[in-house]
Amino acid sequence: MTEHALEPDENRRGFINWLLGTSAAAFVLSVVYPVASYLVPPTVGESTAGTVTLPIKPDDVKPNTGQIFKFGSRPGILIRTSSGDLRAFSAVCTHLNCTVQYRSDLSQIWCACHNGHYDLNGKNVAGPPPRPLDTFVVNVRGTQIVVSKSA
Amino acid sequence: MEAGEQRHGRLWMWLDQRIGLGELEKLAQKKRIPVHRHSIWYYLGGMTLFLFIIQVSTGILLLLYYRPSAEEAFESVQFLMTEVQFGWLIRSIHSWAANLMIFTLFVHLFSVLLLKAYRPPREVTWFSGMALLGLALGFGFTGYLLPWNELAYFATKVGTEITSAVPGIGRFAGRLLRGGDEVTGATLTRFYGIHVAILPATAGALLGLHLYLVQRHGMSVPPGVEAKDTAPRTMPFVPNFLLRDAVGWLTALAILAALAAFFPAELGKKADPFLSAPAGIKPEWYFMFMFQTLKYLPSHILGIEGEVAGILGFGLGGLFLLLVPILDRRTAQGRPGRLFTWIGIAIILYMLLLTALGYMASATQ
Repeated sequence: MTEHALEPDENRRGFINWLLGTSAAAFVLSVVYPVASYLVPPTVGESTAGTVTLPIKPDDVKPNTGQIFKFGSRPGILIRTSSGDLRAFSAVCTHLNCTVQYRSDLSQIWCACHNGHYDLNGKNVAGPPPRPLDTFVVNVRGTQIVVSKSA
Repeated sequence: MEAGEQRHGRLWMWLDQRIGLGELEKLAQKKRIPVHRHSIWYYLGGMTLFLFIIQVSTGILLLLYYRPSAEEAFESVQFLMTEVQFGWLIRSIHSWAANLMIFTLFVHLFSVLLLKAYRPPREVTWFSGMALLGLALGFGFTGYLLPWNELAYFATKVGTEITSAVPGIGRFAGRLLRGGDEVTGATLTRFYGIHVAILPATAGALLGLHLYLVQRHGMSVPPGVEAKDTAPRTMPFVPNFLLRDAVGWLTALAILAALAAFFPAELGKKADPFLSAPAGIKPEWYFMFMFQTLKYLPSHILGIEGEVAGILGFGLGGLFLLLVPILDRRTAQGRPGRLFTWIGIAIILYMLLLTALGYMASATQ
């Protein structure tokens, strides 16, 4: 009888281990979950405006030049071609997000980061960019330039 | 005890009885370094450690003036460089020592690879070393953004976009890294926290493991030297090897001071999200071989986007390097094998070639 009392009760031991194990797991989870959620940045409501009036006058954009403008929180690029057309594209390179610029010497849109080239329709023509630039619609209303997302 | 008192005096005895200095002394006296024709490579790890200590010290000093927000970061670094006495020196040393540390780390890595010091039982030493390399590159990447200048801004845009391009978890990881969808002040604050708290804590722990393992297994003797009939000579770590180490460290310090004085760290122009990326934009030199590879890749390879293919390629390359101790069966079994030597040399040549091309290629073509 006395010896039996010293024997560990397998059922009890198993139960205690199970209790400890699940408690430990629950504890770890209750720490990891809030910390992990904390690390994920909250989504900030992005400006959904589809139309922007530029602080640039049509006459200020000389032929064969380009300018960067703000389109919501992202940059856009406004170009006057040598023939006098105004065109606007997203200035975010489709390769790795750099901001493109207009190269007067090539009459092309160019990204300095990895040497990507786009033509004046925003089409990727050389280098690593995988897709054309997003195209915007340009309307000139008197002395104002209004740029909007294409439908 | 009596002998110890005679040799070291009463203060030493007092400390010995309380914290066990005698055991440390025995440990230090026991450690010996093999002497053979490749012994020179044993100094690279210690050199990297020395530069890391410099980074921690100068980093702490920079913290006293730096302000981690998009509105103030650039101005605070400008203030540090122009107004604070020796501010330029501290920042320049931090910047140069970072570069030298990455350099000695790479030399350390490739010397260990070519001398096959990763063979059993030192696999975990290699793994922890590779993890430390990853952390060092993380230090470089996050620290580069902190001055919030134009170059740093676009380097971070590209770097985080590369993360986002990883199939599957990429978008989520990119957002997590940037603290949002774009590189903004939120990214700066996040990188600051990573650079001054998360990475140092992790690197400290891993460095402890790495040094403990080096201590535990002793220096690896290259297979070529081991194969000879007689075991190589050895020299005591204290003081013979340590004093030689110190010569290297003092030399490194002198080089650092000269570089910092003659080529102080630049600051450039403040970051502006609504300016085009400047021509001639380049990453830090240790990312150059990857940057240049990305430039050469066509927009599509076998139906996937070129940059995704490139990123997957480098990911697999890194994984391969990490697993070398497991993949190199011949060396693990003690048989001579040339394959991994040639692979190591090929990797070195690839990195050197692409880095050179990166610096020679015209920026505007």
